[in-house]
Amino acid sequence: MLFYAVQRIGLSILILITSMVMLFTALKLIPGDPATIMLGSRASAQMRTRITEQLGLNDPIIVQLGTFFGRILQGNLGTDMWSQRPVSQIVIENLPYTLVLIGVGLGWAALIGIPLGCYSAIRRNSFIDKFTGVISVGTISIPSFVVAIYIILLFAITLGWLPIIGAGDPGDRGDQMLHLIMPGFALGLGWVGYLSRIVRASMLEVMGENHIRTARAFGLPEFQIVKSYALRIAILPTITLLAIAIGGLLSSAVFVEAIFARPGIGKLIVDAANMRNFPVVQGGVLTTVALFALTMPIADLLVAWLDPRVRATL
Amino acid sequence: MTGDVLDIRGLSLRFDTQQGAVHALRNIDMTVPRGEIVGVVGESGSGKSTLALAVMRLLPGNAVIASGTIAFCGSDLLKLPEDEMRAIRGTRISMVFQDPMTSLNPVRSIGWQMADIQYRDRAASAAQKRAKSLEALQGVGIPDAASQLDRFPFQFSGGMRQRIAIAMSLLQKPELLIADEVTTALDVTLEAQILHLLRELRKNINGSILFISHNLGAIAEICDRVVVLYAGEVVESGPVGEIFNRPRHPYTKALIACDPARIETVTRELPVIAGDVPNLHRIPEACIFAPRCPVAIDRCHTERPADVMAGPSHRARCHLVAGGPA
Amino acid sequence: MSVQLSDPHPALTPARLSLLWRRLKGDPMGLIGLILVLIVVFCGLFSPWITPFDPFKIIVPDRFQAPSLTHLMGTDNLGRDVFSRVIAGSRIALFVGVSTIAIALAIGLSLGLLAGYGPRWLDNLLLLIFDSIYSFPTVILGLTVVTLLGASVATLMFVVIVIQTPAYARLTRTAALSLKNSEYIQAIESLGASNFRIIAVHILPNVVGPLLIIASMDIPSVVALEAGLTYLGMGIPPPAPSWGRILQEGFGLIRVAPWIVVSGGIPLIITTLGFTFLGESLRDHLDPRLRRVV
Repeated sequence: MLFYAVQRIGLSILILITSMVMLFTALKLIPGDPATIMLGSRASAQMRTRITEQLGLNDPIIVQLGTFFGRILQGNLGTDMWSQRPVSQIVIENLPYTLVLIGVGLGWAALIGIPLGCYSAIRRNSFIDKFTGVISVGTISIPSFVVAIYIILLFAITLGWLPIIGAGDPGDRGDQMLHLIMPGFALGLGWVGYLSRIVRASMLEVMGENHIRTARAFGLPEFQIVKSYALRIAILPTITLLAIAIGGLLSSAVFVEAIFARPGIGKLIVDAANMRNFPVVQGGVLTTVALFALTMPIADLLVAWLDPRVRATL
Repeated sequence: MTGDVLDIRGLSLRFDTQQGAVHALRNIDMTVPRGEIVGVVGESGSGKSTLALAVMRLLPGNAVIASGTIAFCGSDLLKLPEDEMRAIRGTRISMVFQDPMTSLNPVRSIGWQMADIQYRDRAASAAQKRAKSLEALQGVGIPDAASQLDRFPFQFSGGMRQRIAIAMSLLQKPELLIADEVTTALDVTLEAQILHLLRELRKNINGSILFISHNLGAIAEICDRVVVLYAGEVVESGPVGEIFNRPRHPYTKALIACDPARIETVTRELPVIAGDVPNLHRIPEACIFAPRCPVAIDRCHTERPADVMAGPSHRARCHLVAGGPA
Repeated sequence: MSVQLSDPHPALTPARLSLLWRRLKGDPMGLIGLILVLIVVFCGLFSPWITPFDPFKIIVPDRFQAPSLTHLMGTDNLGRDVFSRVIAGSRIALFVGVSTIAIALAIGLSLGLLAGYGPRWLDNLLLLIFDSIYSFPTVILGLTVVTLLGASVATLMFVVIVIQTPAYARLTRTAALSLKNSEYIQAIESLGASNFRIIAVHILPNVVGPLLIIASMDIPSVVALEAGLTYLGMGIPPPAPSWGRILQEGFGLIRVAPWIVVSGGIPLIITTLGFTFLGESLRDHLDPRLRRVV
């Protein structure tokens, strides 16, 4: 099991390294002078020279690549051009907010989506099943930022119930939770549909298998069969599919954070991108890529832990 | 308690499909007397498994019981509300299925599954349930049962899994065990072992077994009575000796003649029954076997035969069999 | 995703098309999807002729008018008719959506065939590149590229192409690989057919059909991506009336002129719902085997 874990993480690291190389290459390939791009065309020659030297842009490519990786391994993600603070520090300040948002969004989506999927599978073609099916397709396809804007219009502007901007008063948990309601809802809405559909498909497949018939032949209550026999198996492909889709979750988080002006990696990247503040963009992007790259092995490990058949082949 | 464990009268069942109704079982009459092993033999598609699932009331949603009763120790199973039926499943009637590779839950250990089946014993502790599971496993001849309890089904061979399935089905000491083609997926040696096991178990538990198979040899070996099923109808039934030594219905005779184990004269050809199993969408007003029957007369093609007593508790459904009305 | 492009697919004959049409008529979701898509396509194709007002014309005295019979969706802060802007925006959305997917398909198809049929090392290299692109969440990849290249239509299209190509390449590659090793292809090889001929005549037709269906289902997400990036200021520059731009401007004015934001969202909803409903319906009727789980 340990070897499997190392293998999976190793593969992710390889992909991560390739992504970073690609990022680096992209940086080098852009037309124009990086210094001018960052500082704008009205920057003086003196400022440009200083930036160029500071970023080591005159060194040979190999050296630059080496410094690039070396710094990252040391946890040094560069320096923010504007505030002169280390990017890694900025990232660490913002990351928890994003993680909380994602947790809340995915959490409520799972809480509703998974049971809904189970129910749809058991009561196939019932009204709830068909209704959920249509609504799922709808909510999955409608972009999350449109949802976010509409619920702001409804709940914050028209009804005045909920606050829009920010993450709330740092000391006040209640206020923070209030600020999470709309963003969390906007983020999770598409996922309720997604989760319910994949759980439904998985469950339909599992419930048709012979061992479920055996369980019924032993007089087990249907609820117990669904919960302990079927769901345990159906959840496995669900976990894998979720991990693959986490990228979409991170993308949606970018929009939600930007719209609600919530602190977080998403907003960090957007603001930095608007100001062409490349070190921050790079640091934020690397962090999200690392996050995403880690979810696959974590999901695989979770599946291996739950499924004895996978454990046996390791 | 006297009386038959299972008494099926006039059972007719159909499946409503997009292509129309399939009349899978028609006017089934059969009994399983207490303490006996009754075999149900027939080709694929004859309705054997459907019959078993009907007794357990585990049929798919599109199945409709058109008529008949299934009396279990006197009460009609078809009239029971679902929760009472569920209480009977696994406790008074148990079933073992055909494919050992897929009939056990793959992600739960054997011990977990066996303990979970005992969920109704609220008073029993986990240790007690485990002990009972252990005893059941030992009863079917699983070596080193204590350590096997924590293993998973994929770690066992097909023969072992079938034994485990039998052990599970006997946990609550049912009055009727339905064995649906339990040896079909196993090789000959394993089949012999399982048959032997079933015979031994029947002696110890004093229960009845409904043994479904298409293997005449297996039926001959362990059954006391035989029911011959063809295309959803009971064409002949009786004590095993009668059926095998003095078969009356042309289909039974053909079946026995086709059994490779019984070939006495070596020819170049394997005996077969000509033709195909009939389409069950439209049931003609005729003997269901007539199209394939080597000795059919005109009457067979125009009139449905009634059951006839060809001997003591030996029935046949054929115009050509002499005997009193059943 | 367990899409088996390698299974032989029935050809799109006229008989099948008419069967498809009949089935579609009985499927409410598919019909609704078709109607919505037709509305969007119609608006996109004929927008210069059907806009009641000039989408770019600034008429300051007319600003902040609520929706009325003249201005169906009201006017914005510069007096521009929002309804006209929305219709004009459909042109942008459709253009970006269809052209980028078409280009991504072409590139993806070629790369996939190359990976599947070419040398092993090339296959591994391409896979590594594809997986690395996958490991960037889409919007974040978009933001990165736009930071580097500046916001413009070309950049946006480049972003979308980079994001979509790996998926198509992978699917083609899988099909090419399994077909390559199938007995069917081996038989043809033994008859002396060249690689090119095999690819062109035997593999491509099998792959193109389902690939088209899958690609058409990506149109809503591409449209949404374009709108989203434009909303963040990273997509199509002003004054082009991209729906994302309308949303962005409207959001800033949400308290004084909420109709702008509502109007900006409606076409997006119509487009994404329409294409998705239609795509799902088509896929279900044409080839249920293509059913991705979502």
